[in-house]
Amino acid sequence: MGFRRRKAEEAVFKVLMGASAAVVSGSLLFILATIVVKGLPALSWAMVSQTSKGGYYLGKEGGILNAIVGSLLLAAGATFLAFLFSLPVVLYLNVYRRRGSRFAVLTRFALDVLWGVPSIVYGAFAFILMVFLGLRASLLAGILAVALLELPIMARAMDEVVRLVPAALRDASFSLGATKLETAVRVIVRQALPGIVTAVLIAFGRGIGDAASVIFTAGYTDRIPESLLQPAATLPLAIFYQLGTPVAEVQRRAFASAAVLTLLILAISLAARRVGRRFTRHTIK
Amino acid sequence: MRRLFLDALARRAMFLLAAVPSVLVILIFAGLAGKSRPVLALKSFAGILFGTSWHPLQGSFGLLPFLAGTLWVTLAAMVLAVPVSLLTAVYLSEYASRRVRAAVRPVIDLLAGIPSVVFGVWGTLMVVPFVRALGSLLGTASSGYSVLAGAVVLAIMVFPTVIHVTLEVFAAVPQPLRDASLALGATKWETTKHVVLRKGLAGITAAVVLGLSRAFGETMAVLMVVGNVARPPRSLFDSAYPLPALIANNYGEMMSIPRYDSALMLAALVLLSVVVVFNIGARAVLVRAERKAE
Repeated sequence: MGFRRRKAEEAVFKVLMGASAAVVSGSLLFILATIVVKGLPALSWAMVSQTSKGGYYLGKEGGILNAIVGSLLLAAGATFLAFLFSLPVVLYLNVYRRRGSRFAVLTRFALDVLWGVPSIVYGAFAFILMVFLGLRASLLAGILAVALLELPIMARAMDEVVRLVPAALRDASFSLGATKLETAVRVIVRQALPGIVTAVLIAFGRGIGDAASVIFTAGYTDRIPESLLQPAATLPLAIFYQLGTPVAEVQRRAFASAAVLTLLILAISLAARRVGRRFTRHTIK
Repeated sequence: MRRLFLDALARRAMFLLAAVPSVLVILIFAGLAGKSRPVLALKSFAGILFGTSWHPLQGSFGLLPFLAGTLWVTLAAMVLAVPVSLLTAVYLSEYASRRVRAAVRPVIDLLAGIPSVVFGVWGTLMVVPFVRALGSLLGTASSGYSVLAGAVVLAIMVFPTVIHVTLEVFAAVPQPLRDASLALGATKWETTKHVVLRKGLAGITAAVVLGLSRAFGETMAVLMVVGNVARPPRSLFDSAYPLPALIANNYGEMMSIPRYDSALMLAALVLLSVVVVFNIGARAVLVRAERKAE
């Protein structure tokens, strides 16, 4: 092959690569622009400050405060629950077990498998769990479903950062006579704190945006839940139901709700990047 | 002594917690399998999986139309997503300047974080009308709620997965291999093609399979744009009714018709099994590739 043809082939692929990267970046911008352009004009203070009144889904008054609060409560509860499991699991794998140990490999593998499980399957499983426990569709059942979904996301993200804590730091702590527990809590958690906070926020963001896992479990209501055993509305489902009505005005509210959810997710993503860098007061460089 | 006691206590407690992920995998399988039994007592597994008639009221639960819907949408999405994702990954890993890379990577992360309902809203606003227009341009009447619309939305949703894993695979290709190829007079593209892509082939396959399994189980976004007609699609412009959408849509009725819930749990079990097999295969390939690189 002549040199010019070789160069020409490279040029063609360079163009294709540039175009592909533009498609990927452009699709995010296109989606955000669509949601903002369609959603913001329909957004009003009443929508985010009032709960849905009777006939809201036919175009009458009200807002989606019930869904916003429901989603925040649900994701907060689920994130807390997932955190209670993720942190000990990750610390145990990294401090008490050697990297190549069979138990560590098996557990990481299980987390990988769970990470790939679709959220609708978590929804179905949580529904079985809910019936088994004698619960009704409620905030609590929704929290269980979303916590299942968040656990592998959070644990894997934490594992990535805890793994990176230098072995020398751990050894120094051991050599000073600290137990493994003390090393885990006082040295490793401190050193990995920025990453741990980021992992929690990533999981929170995923929890707040997921619809398929709560459709079976959280129920739906126009009121703000007052206890764990009451049903809770969620923002993704509110968008879905509003879009599904034949009333144009309600569909416009769906766009506005989508804008609210998107802005919320963007804020959490940005916070995950920023806050991650913030919690570095106790880390050793 | 108290410190040692606490440590021993923590070790035991954490061991129990650390067993949770593995136990959970088993529990999910067992739970879904247990709930699937009533419908399996009615008909064989193959009979349900490849049955074409879905009439819950008459007790016939054939999953084939939904399986076909899922396959159509997923495969079409991968045809769109794979070339774009791979080219982007090659660009970011081999060609892009540090600044471009720093700018594009957060974009991909953000894309991965967008909730599927938002993808669905965007799909109904933009992709569905586009497919409708495309259909009338090509002379096929289509409502726009179609396999193609689902595939476009899904393709964008799997970009981050495929790009991310592929980038990791490329990063594991040793730099001296590239240098050797360049020193022999190969152009950058030839080096990419003959060294980086060849060396990373197994990993790339794994990335594609991971993307595929992500697409296979995606529910809300697809459900909102594919039309949900329980008939195997014949073309890209036909409506489809994927398996996850079936489960999500029928929550309301499922408790009032006998064995309906059982059929839906079987559908979830099928979904889970496919996704888990894909994931295990892909992870095994990735782990082996990683070990080779080390």
